Amino acid sequence: MKLVYALFTGLVFGVGIAASGMMDPAKVLNFFDLAGTWDPNLAFVMGGALVVTFVGYRLTWRRTLPLFGGRFQVPTNTVIDARLIGGSALFGVGWGIAGFCPGAAIPALGTGRWEVALFLLAVLGGFGLRRILFSPVA
Amino acid sequence: MGATGILSGLAFPENRDEFAWRSALVLGMILAPGLIWVVTGAMPEVNVPVSPIMIMVGGLIVGLGGSLGSGCTSGHGVCGLSRLSVRSLVAVPTFMVTGAITVFLIRHVFGG
Repeated sequence: MKLVYALFTGLVFGVGIAASGMMDPAKVLNFFDLAGTWDPNLAFVMGGALVVTFVGYRLTWRRTLPLFGGRFQVPTNTVIDARLIGGSALFGVGWGIAGFCPGAAIPALGTGRWEVALFLLAVLGGFGLRRILFSPVA
Repeated sequence: MGATGILSGLAFPENRDEFAWRSALVLGMILAPGLIWVVTGAMPEVNVPVSPIMIMVGGLIVGLGGSLGSGCTSGHGVCGLSRLSVRSLVAVPTFMVTGAITVFLIRHVFGG
Protein backbone atom coordinates (compact mmCIF):
# COMPACT_ATOMS: atom_id res chain seq x y z
CA MET A 1 0.00 0.00 0.00
CA LYS A 2 2.89 2.31 0.78
CA LEU A 3 4.16 1.79 -2.77
CA VAL A 4 0.78 2.69 -4.26
CA TYR A 5 0.79 5.95 -2.30
CA ALA A 6 4.36 6.65 -3.41
CA LEU A 7 3.42 6.05 -7.05
CA PHE A 8 0.38 8.30 -6.73
CA THR A 9 2.43 11.02 -5.00
CA GLY A 10 4.97 10.93 -7.82
CA LEU A 11 2.20 11.11 -10.40
CA VAL A 12 0.60 14.16 -8.78
CA PHE A 13 3.98 15.88 -8.45
CA GLY A 14 4.84 15.08 -12.07
CA VAL A 15 1.52 16.36 -13.41
CA GLY A 16 2.05 19.60 -11.49
CA ILE A 17 5.58 20.01 -12.82
CA ALA A 18 4.43 19.30 -16.38
CA ALA A 19 1.32 21.46 -16.32
CA SER A 20 3.19 24.42 -14.82
CA GLY A 21 5.89 24.54 -17.50
CA MET A 22 8.63 23.80 -15.00
CA MET A 23 9.95 20.89 -17.11
CA ASP A 24 10.56 23.15 -20.12
CA PRO A 25 14.19 24.38 -20.02
CA ALA A 26 13.42 27.22 -22.44
CA LYS A 27 10.88 28.57 -19.94
CA VAL A 28 13.18 28.01 -16.95
CA LEU A 29 16.08 29.83 -18.62
CA ASN A 30 13.75 32.74 -19.46
CA PHE A 31 12.74 32.87 -15.80
CA PHE A 32 16.41 33.46 -14.95
CA ASP A 33 17.01 35.93 -17.79
CA LEU A 34 16.17 39.15 -15.93
CA ALA A 35 18.10 41.29 -18.43
CA GLY A 36 16.55 39.68 -21.50
CA THR A 37 13.42 37.64 -22.19
CA TRP A 38 12.34 37.52 -18.53
CA ASP A 39 9.31 35.35 -17.81
CA PRO A 40 8.38 35.63 -14.11
CA ASN A 41 5.60 33.01 -14.29
CA LEU A 42 7.58 30.18 -12.69
CA ALA A 43 7.86 32.21 -9.47
CA PHE A 44 4.14 31.53 -9.05
CA VAL A 45 4.74 27.79 -9.44
CA MET A 46 7.14 27.76 -6.53
CA GLY A 47 5.01 30.26 -4.59
CA GLY A 48 1.88 28.17 -5.14
CA ALA A 49 3.67 24.96 -4.16
CA LEU A 50 4.98 26.68 -1.04
CA VAL A 51 1.54 27.79 0.15
CA VAL A 52 0.07 24.31 -0.34
CA THR A 53 3.04 22.59 1.30
CA PHE A 54 3.07 25.07 4.19
CA VAL A 55 -0.57 24.25 5.00
CA GLY A 56 -0.11 20.55 4.18
CA TYR A 57 2.79 20.12 6.56
CA ARG A 58 0.83 21.68 9.41
CA LEU A 59 -2.14 19.39 8.77
CA THR A 60 0.17 16.37 8.51
CA TRP A 61 2.02 17.17 11.73
CA ARG A 62 -1.24 17.05 13.69
CA ARG A 63 -0.74 13.30 13.49
CA THR A 64 1.79 11.93 15.92
CA LEU A 65 2.92 9.24 13.49
CA PRO A 66 2.91 8.97 9.68
CA LEU A 67 0.56 6.48 7.96
CA PHE A 68 3.57 4.55 6.73
CA GLY A 69 7.14 4.28 7.92
CA GLY A 70 7.40 4.54 11.71
CA ARG A 71 8.09 8.22 12.35
CA PHE A 72 8.26 11.55 10.55
CA GLN A 73 11.70 12.19 9.11
CA VAL A 74 12.40 15.90 9.09
CA PRO A 75 15.90 17.41 8.75
CA THR A 76 17.14 18.82 12.05
CA ASN A 77 20.42 20.39 10.93
CA THR A 78 20.39 24.20 11.33
CA VAL A 79 24.09 24.91 10.65
CA ILE A 80 24.87 27.40 7.88
CA ASP A 81 28.21 26.22 6.54
CA ALA A 82 30.39 26.58 3.46
CA ARG A 83 29.11 23.28 2.14
CA LEU A 84 25.48 24.47 2.17
CA ILE A 85 26.31 27.79 0.54
CA GLY A 86 28.90 26.43 -1.91
CA GLY A 87 26.73 23.47 -2.88
CA SER A 88 23.67 25.67 -3.40
CA ALA A 89 25.72 28.17 -5.41
CA LEU A 90 26.98 25.34 -7.64
CA PHE A 91 23.46 23.95 -7.99
CA GLY A 92 22.26 27.33 -9.31
CA VAL A 93 25.12 27.48 -11.82
CA GLY A 94 24.26 24.00 -13.15
CA TRP A 95 20.55 24.86 -13.27
CA GLY A 96 21.35 28.04 -15.20
CA ILE A 97 23.50 26.11 -17.68
CA ALA A 98 21.18 23.18 -18.39
CA GLY A 99 17.74 24.66 -17.61
CA PHE A 100 16.74 21.45 -15.84
CA CYS A 101 16.64 20.71 -12.11
CA PRO A 102 16.18 17.15 -10.79
CA GLY A 103 12.51 17.54 -9.81
CA ALA A 104 11.67 18.77 -13.30
CA ALA A 105 13.89 16.35 -15.20
CA ILE A 106 12.52 13.14 -13.65
CA PRO A 107 8.95 13.74 -14.89
CA ALA A 108 10.35 15.16 -18.16
CA LEU A 109 11.97 11.76 -18.77
CA GLY A 110 8.44 10.51 -19.44
CA THR A 111 8.24 12.61 -22.59
CA GLY A 112 10.90 10.35 -24.09
CA ARG A 113 13.36 13.14 -24.90
CA TRP A 114 16.97 11.87 -24.99
CA GLU A 115 18.32 15.20 -23.70
CA VAL A 116 16.53 14.55 -20.40
CA ALA A 117 18.16 11.13 -20.03
CA LEU A 118 21.54 12.70 -20.76
CA PHE A 119 20.95 15.34 -18.08
CA LEU A 120 19.85 12.82 -15.46
CA LEU A 121 22.83 10.54 -16.15
CA ALA A 122 25.09 13.55 -15.61
CA VAL A 123 23.24 14.36 -12.36
CA LEU A 124 23.88 10.80 -11.14
CA GLY A 125 27.53 11.33 -12.11
CA GLY A 126 27.49 14.49 -9.99
CA PHE A 127 26.10 12.54 -7.00
CA GLY A 128 28.89 10.01 -7.47
CA LEU A 129 31.50 12.78 -7.71
CA ARG A 130 30.25 14.26 -4.42
CA ARG A 131 30.60 10.86 -2.76
CA ILE A 132 34.16 10.54 -4.03
CA LEU A 133 35.29 14.09 -3.22
CA PHE A 134 33.47 14.78 0.07
CA SER A 135 32.47 12.93 3.22
CA PRO A 136 28.76 12.03 3.69
CA VAL A 137 26.37 14.99 3.95
CA ALA A 138 24.70 15.33 7.33
CA MET B 1 13.16 15.28 1.04
CA GLY B 2 13.17 16.71 -2.46
CA ALA B 3 13.98 15.30 -5.87
CA THR B 4 17.74 15.35 -5.25
CA GLY B 5 17.42 13.32 -2.07
CA ILE B 6 14.95 10.88 -3.62
CA LEU B 7 17.07 10.32 -6.71
CA SER B 8 20.32 10.10 -4.75
CA GLY B 9 18.72 7.56 -2.40
CA LEU B 10 17.57 5.57 -5.41
CA ALA B 11 21.03 5.54 -6.97
CA PHE B 12 22.72 4.68 -3.67
CA PRO B 13 20.00 2.92 -1.62
CA GLU B 14 20.52 2.11 2.04
CA ASN B 15 18.14 -0.88 2.05
CA ARG B 16 15.49 -2.62 -0.04
CA ASP B 17 12.53 -0.79 1.45
CA GLU B 18 14.13 2.57 0.67
CA PHE B 19 14.76 1.44 -2.90
CA ALA B 20 11.18 0.22 -3.34
CA TRP B 21 9.30 3.38 -2.34
CA ARG B 22 11.77 5.62 -4.15
CA SER B 23 11.31 3.55 -7.31
CA ALA B 24 7.52 3.80 -7.04
CA LEU B 25 7.68 7.56 -6.52
CA VAL B 26 10.04 8.13 -9.45
CA LEU B 27 7.94 5.83 -11.66
CA GLY B 28 4.85 7.91 -10.81
CA MET B 29 6.72 11.08 -11.78
CA ILE B 30 7.83 9.57 -15.11
CA LEU B 31 4.28 8.41 -15.92
CA ALA B 32 2.91 11.97 -15.48
CA PRO B 33 3.58 13.27 -19.03
CA GLY B 34 1.92 10.14 -20.45
CA LEU B 35 -1.16 10.77 -18.32
CA ILE B 36 -1.29 14.35 -19.57
CA TRP B 37 -0.95 13.09 -23.12
CA VAL B 38 -3.85 10.64 -22.62
CA VAL B 39 -6.09 13.32 -21.08
CA THR B 40 -5.25 16.35 -23.25
CA GLY B 41 -3.89 14.71 -26.41
CA ALA B 42 -0.60 16.61 -26.22
CA MET B 43 2.71 15.95 -24.50
CA PRO B 44 3.96 18.74 -22.18
CA GLU B 45 6.46 20.97 -23.92
CA VAL B 46 10.16 20.32 -23.44
CA ASN B 47 12.24 22.79 -25.45
CA VAL B 48 15.98 22.38 -24.94
CA PRO B 49 17.95 25.38 -26.24
CA VAL B 50 21.16 23.90 -24.82
CA SER B 51 23.88 21.82 -26.52
CA PRO B 52 24.38 18.19 -25.41
CA ILE B 53 27.82 19.03 -23.97
CA MET B 54 26.36 21.85 -21.85
CA ILE B 55 23.47 19.62 -20.72
CA MET B 56 26.05 17.17 -19.38
CA VAL B 57 28.17 19.91 -17.78
CA GLY B 58 25.05 21.43 -16.19
CA GLY B 59 23.80 18.04 -15.00
CA LEU B 60 27.11 17.15 -13.39
CA ILE B 61 27.20 20.49 -11.54
CA VAL B 62 23.52 20.15 -10.52
CA GLY B 63 24.22 16.68 -9.10
CA LEU B 64 27.37 17.73 -7.27
CA GLY B 65 25.93 21.02 -5.98
CA GLY B 66 22.51 19.66 -5.04
CA SER B 67 24.07 16.80 -3.14
CA LEU B 68 26.67 18.97 -1.41
CA GLY B 69 24.13 21.68 -0.53
CA SER B 70 21.64 19.02 0.70
CA GLY B 71 18.83 20.10 -1.56
CA CYS B 72 17.43 21.51 -4.77
CA THR B 73 14.36 23.40 -5.94
CA SER B 74 11.91 20.91 -4.45
CA GLY B 75 14.00 20.06 -1.36
CA HIS B 76 15.06 23.51 -0.14
CA GLY B 77 12.69 25.52 -2.32
CA VAL B 78 9.41 23.81 -1.46
CA CYS B 79 9.88 21.43 1.48
CA GLY B 80 12.53 23.50 3.30
CA LEU B 81 11.00 26.95 2.91
CA SER B 82 7.55 25.70 3.91
CA ARG B 83 9.10 24.36 7.15
CA LEU B 84 10.80 27.77 7.56
CA SER B 85 14.17 26.00 7.63
CA VAL B 86 17.03 28.43 8.22
CA ARG B 87 19.30 26.44 5.90
CA SER B 88 16.74 26.60 3.10
CA LEU B 89 16.26 30.35 3.65
CA VAL B 90 19.98 30.63 2.85
CA ALA B 91 20.12 28.00 0.09
CA VAL B 92 17.22 29.19 -2.07
CA PRO B 93 18.35 32.82 -2.60
CA THR B 94 21.87 31.47 -3.17
CA PHE B 95 20.94 29.17 -6.05
CA MET B 96 18.42 31.62 -7.50
CA VAL B 97 21.10 34.33 -7.66
CA THR B 98 23.84 32.08 -9.09
CA GLY B 99 21.31 30.69 -11.62
CA ALA B 100 20.43 34.20 -12.77
CA ILE B 101 24.11 35.24 -12.90
CA THR B 102 24.93 32.13 -14.96
CA VAL B 103 22.16 32.82 -17.48
CA PHE B 104 23.22 36.48 -17.64
CA LEU B 105 26.83 35.53 -18.37
CA ILE B 106 25.90 32.89 -20.98
CA ARG B 107 23.32 35.01 -22.82
CA HIS B 108 24.53 38.58 -22.43
CA VAL B 109 28.29 38.45 -21.83
CA PHE B 110 29.44 35.46 -23.86
CA GLY B 111 26.49 35.79 -26.22
CA GLY B 112 25.59 32.08 -26.12
